[in-house]
Amino acid sequence: MKKLALALLVLGIVALMLWGFYQAIYVAPDDAAQGAASHIFYYHVPHGMLCYLFFTINFVASVLVLAWRKNYPARALAADAWALSGAEVGVVFCSVVLVTGPLWGRPVWGIWWTWDARLTTTLVLWLIYVSYLLVRKFAAGSEMQTLAAVLAVFGAADMPINYLANRIWRTQHPSPVFGGDPDAGLKDPRMLHAFGWNVLAWAIWGLAILAFRIYVQRRQQSIETAETTAALAAI
Amino acid sequence: MTPTSPSWPGLVLTHLRKDLRIEWRSRDAINSMLFFALLVVVLFSMAFDPTRATSREIAPGVLCVATLFASVSALNQAWAREIRHQVLDALRMTQQSGGGGGAAMFLAKVLANFLFVAIVQLILGPIFFIFYNLHPLGDTWHLAVVIPLGTWALVANGTFFAALSIRTRNREMLLPLILFPIFLPALVAMVLAVKTILTGDGSDPHLLWIKILAGYDIVFTTICLLLFDTVIEAE
Repeated sequence: MKKLALALLVLGIVALMLWGFYQAIYVAPDDAAQGAASHIFYYHVPHGMLCYLFFTINFVASVLVLAWRKNYPARALAADAWALSGAEVGVVFCSVVLVTGPLWGRPVWGIWWTWDARLTTTLVLWLIYVSYLLVRKFAAGSEMQTLAAVLAVFGAADMPINYLANRIWRTQHPSPVFGGDPDAGLKDPRMLHAFGWNVLAWAIWGLAILAFRIYVQRRQQSIETAETTAALAAI
Repeated sequence: MTPTSPSWPGLVLTHLRKDLRIEWRSRDAINSMLFFALLVVVLFSMAFDPTRATSREIAPGVLCVATLFASVSALNQAWAREIRHQVLDALRMTQQSGGGGGAAMFLAKVLANFLFVAIVQLILGPIFFIFYNLHPLGDTWHLAVVIPLGTWALVANGTFFAALSIRTRNREMLLPLILFPIFLPALVAMVLAVKTILTGDGSDPHLLWIKILAGYDIVFTTICLLLFDTVIEAE
């Protein structure tokens, strides 16, 4: 029964992503100025929005690790699994943003990359969370969890800078489509639909991966706890 | 019968006096930083053969990178002495810990290191101007604001992450890996502010980059002070 439900869930997610793909590539019309390259928008922007979501999950979980580590170690361990998973999925989503961006920039701007505020801060965000994952490799045990959580707070401080980058400065990166100028936004309803379906599909896909990763990490933690208990009992 | 505990500024002052006295007797940090930064400046001037026009463009970056590398080499040693003499353990055993004792020690160390790096920059600055044939075209006095702000950003974060990375395996390796991504926004702001001053191109009439640098300093120093006790007590 559990397996059936899981298989149905996976099928549902795949179907949703295929539907999103169909909407983005075949239904949504080309942008008047950008041509076929404009379809990358339906992948680039949802991933950008969702990587904020996962880094925020990482931040909240990290704060909980710091709050609970003394009095509720078991809860802190659970929060740590959330923090790790949030950072990993977030880095994947941020990588997609960094890859799809230049793919779009090459035909539209004529260059792969430029050092404007939005692109630079996105790269910095990615670098910070990669260093977060590195810290987790270089230290061990509950000490590592505390140190990683501290680093996550610094990473989160960079998120607003990244979000505001193309709102404060006039960047080469296009100004925000949503939440920016009043006359910005997707005018064609087919574009809006394609965008909405892709946000939904990738959000559910990302959350499913997150849940799976948390589950794996929790299993890993319980194995480690059991090993420690066994080792202590053998003394 | 507990002796009257010293006030927080008193704690900072005591730690600061100790750090300055040790440095005054050994001059390890300043000498190694000075020579290292000098080497970087010489290396870059040989690698790029700066002529007058281009030197103004690349000079701020060279100065920042030279300071950055030099400080990292010194900051790695900043906490090694405290670990060797069990100062951190002593701190945890006193009532100071939790009462901001760690933050006081951190602030003192930042102030001391800031002073060391500032001395290095004061000595290096004239050499730098000679090697690169610099003749600033903008408001030179702005440099007196930008350089300290950028140095503070570097030293505050660097001292914090040196304390964090010293608790992990391959500690010397880890500090630049964490520090550079976190410091990047400040580096960009510093380099662009200095470039505006040297070239005098008037590209930044509202001193936006200096304001961003100041904002960055306030935000990140606050986070460092708040989280330092957590890092010290991580176990």
